[in-house]
Amino acid sequence: MEKIPILKMGDFLLVTVQIDLYDRLALNLEADLVNMINKHQAKGVLIDISAVNIVDSFMGRILSNIAQMSKILDALTVVVGMQPAVAITLIELGLPMTGVRTALNVEKGMELLKRNRILDSEEEETTSTDEDDSAE
Amino acid sequence: MIVLNKDTIKIEKEQDVVFFRNRVAEYADKIKMGLVNKTKLLTAASELVRNMLRYANGGKVLCEIISHATLQTGVRLTFSDQGPGIPDIEKAMQDGYSTGKSLGLGLPGAKRLVSIFDIKTQLGKGTTVTITKWKNG
Ligand SMILES: Nc1ncnc2c1ncn2[C@@H]1O[C@H](COP(=O)(O)OP(=O)(O)OP(=O)(O)O)[C@@H](O)[C@H]1O
Ligand SMILES: [Mg+2]
Repeated sequence: MEKIPILKMGDFLLVTVQIDLYDRLALNLEADLVNMINKHQAKGVLIDISAVNIVDSFMGRILSNIAQMSKILDALTVVVGMQPAVAITLIELGLPMTGVRTALNVEKGMELLKRNRILDSEEEETTSTDEDDSAE
Repeated sequence: MIVLNKDTIKIEKEQDVVFFRNRVAEYADKIKMGLVNKTKLLTAASELVRNMLRYANGGKVLCEIISHATLQTGVRLTFSDQGPGIPDIEKAMQDGYSTGKSLGLGLPGAKRLVSIFDIKTQLGKGTTVTITKWKNG
């Protein structure tokens, strides 16, 4: 059975979706990612969808689920490379991509993950303060 | 109105969806539909075919390229199933209404994405949804 490969790069996981996902494949990706985040204690997930031509409500929901589950496991998910036509369509469809962070391309997405990682470790160092003024 | 191309595709399982989407993309390309309109058409089609599989156990889709003498050229898709039908169409067409514990976006969203949207349903007999996307609209 086809599978979408998940690459491990340091603290991060990298997924490049090369084909239009059909349901089973998308559901498997969701499950595999959650397992991998857990197993490797990953701090970030980068999903490159630049080769994806359609994101319908099902696919959108999967991306949103991945983002929310990774958050629970203390990892940030960033979706990169969404085609402009796909973005326009998603807005008209009315799909709320709850919790999904996006970036223009893989490079920008990586920057976002790294910056988030630095913020995280700084927070750990200055432990005892209860203040939390990080913008959502 | 004249029909330039037509093809009927059976939708019985998930894998049929990929084949169907490819045919729709091929038709859109044949009339040189722009990328944004093509993406909207494919996404609407994807929502409707998903409903058909989920709520009616499948059905079939008639795919056509149509051309109006005075109007435009476009792709028309007719989704017909013999499922349970929809008891309250007005409700089903509203954002957020779902009997499947989902987001209830499929029908209203698909309507927003296409040029013409028509739905007919008969309880116990089935549902037919017809969408048309014009090449430039
Ligand atoms: N082909 C069909 N046969 C029977 N009932 C249908 C059919 N298509 C839609 N429905 C009914 O209409 C409701 C609304 O459909 P719609 O696609 O808008 O939302 P959904 O499928 O519930 O959620 P989403 O598409 O956002 O995942 C469905 O919950 C279902 O009850
Ligand atoms: Mg639906």
